[in-house]
Amino acid sequence: MTYQVGQRVRIAARDHEGHHRTPAYVKGKSGRIERRHGAFKNPETRAYGGDGLPQQELYLVGFDASDLWPGASGDRVEVDIYEHWLEAE
Amino acid sequence: MSDHDHDHDHPHEPIAGDGLPAAARAQALEELLVEKGVVSRTEVREEIDWLVSRSPADGARLVARAWVDPEFKRRLLDDAREAALELGLDPGPSPVVMAVENTETVHHMVVCTLCSCYPRAMLGPPPDWYKSLPYRSRAVSDPRRVLREFGVELDEDVELRVLDSTANVRYLVVPRRPEGTEGLGEEQLAALVTRDSMIGVSRPAVPA
Amino acid sequence: MDRAVHDRGGWPTDAPIDRSEHELADWELLTDALVHVLAGKGLMNVDELRRGIESMPPDEYEQASYYERWLSSIETILAEKGVLAPGELDARLTG
Repeated sequence: MTYQVGQRVRIAARDHEGHHRTPAYVKGKSGRIERRHGAFKNPETRAYGGDGLPQQELYLVGFDASDLWPGASGDRVEVDIYEHWLEAE
Repeated sequence: MSDHDHDHDHPHEPIAGDGLPAAARAQALEELLVEKGVVSRTEVREEIDWLVSRSPADGARLVARAWVDPEFKRRLLDDAREAALELGLDPGPSPVVMAVENTETVHHMVVCTLCSCYPRAMLGPPPDWYKSLPYRSRAVSDPRRVLREFGVELDEDVELRVLDSTANVRYLVVPRRPEGTEGLGEEQLAALVTRDSMIGVSRPAVPA
Repeated sequence: MDRAVHDRGGWPTDAPIDRSEHELADWELLTDALVHVLAGKGLMNVDELRRGIESMPPDEYEQASYYERWLSSIETILAEKGVLAPGELDARLTG
């Protein structure tokens, strides 16, 4: 599934053994697509000698700090996340 | 390692290795790899030359040009890699370099919480603090306090956006042009653009 | 949610950010350069470098300096690929 700028998404709350680039602090959290960066090789397989194919679409996902940390202010945290970690809201 | 009080119990993160064991290990590794024909000394030296050639001056040129030329700024924000090439700069091997603009209402700050991703070709090597565990931890969870530690106080009505470079994109902040610089030429403007202002933990210098 | 030792965003800490900087030592530049040259030869990509670093025992990760982590990762990955024989680097150092 391809996501559009402005769309609300949730980051999968998945434990993942081994190399992956989704930080723990956004897993299970909801955010908004800010930008589409295009497709890149999957680091999760490249890290183990794989070719990283098929490529995964990479998105800049923005979160309200208050959704990530209790008591946080109105600031934003934006994180680059690969498509297979996203779920539609 | 420097002497300091041990009245805290967080792990000590050395800034540089103790030196000797790691230095000997690195040298022995190079020797072995050269002997095996895996790498050549020339290739290694050339790579070191490229690494030491990188500095924030290139990033500062991009920012200064963006300050004086709104059309260039638009191109820079759209595709920083192409904009760098336009100025004859080397954007490096990163697949994507992206420039983000600070405005009256938005201030950006960049971190890599998972390791140390950084727009090295445009800024040179990242400072030790950028790679440190405390910065990587607190830049996303308490950024205003981090900014305060760097001497920056943001107004309440300015939105702080922390960018965590977790993947293939490297971020470069275009800071706001300081007041009172209308009469300055591009080179003089570039001299005001500090490395830290392009990471987002500082503002550019003001003219003397 | 599980969290590996390198996954530091929001990790609770009161540690101050030490803003002192050091110029890279020769061995650090060498280590950096080796990774780039190995990458150019398809022997070690950036994802493998990171994975190698992340596979360090947690206390080693936290106590190592930045380029010590890189060095550890190069050894891990090259040993995995048979470019370095087990113990070969140690032998070179003590031999």
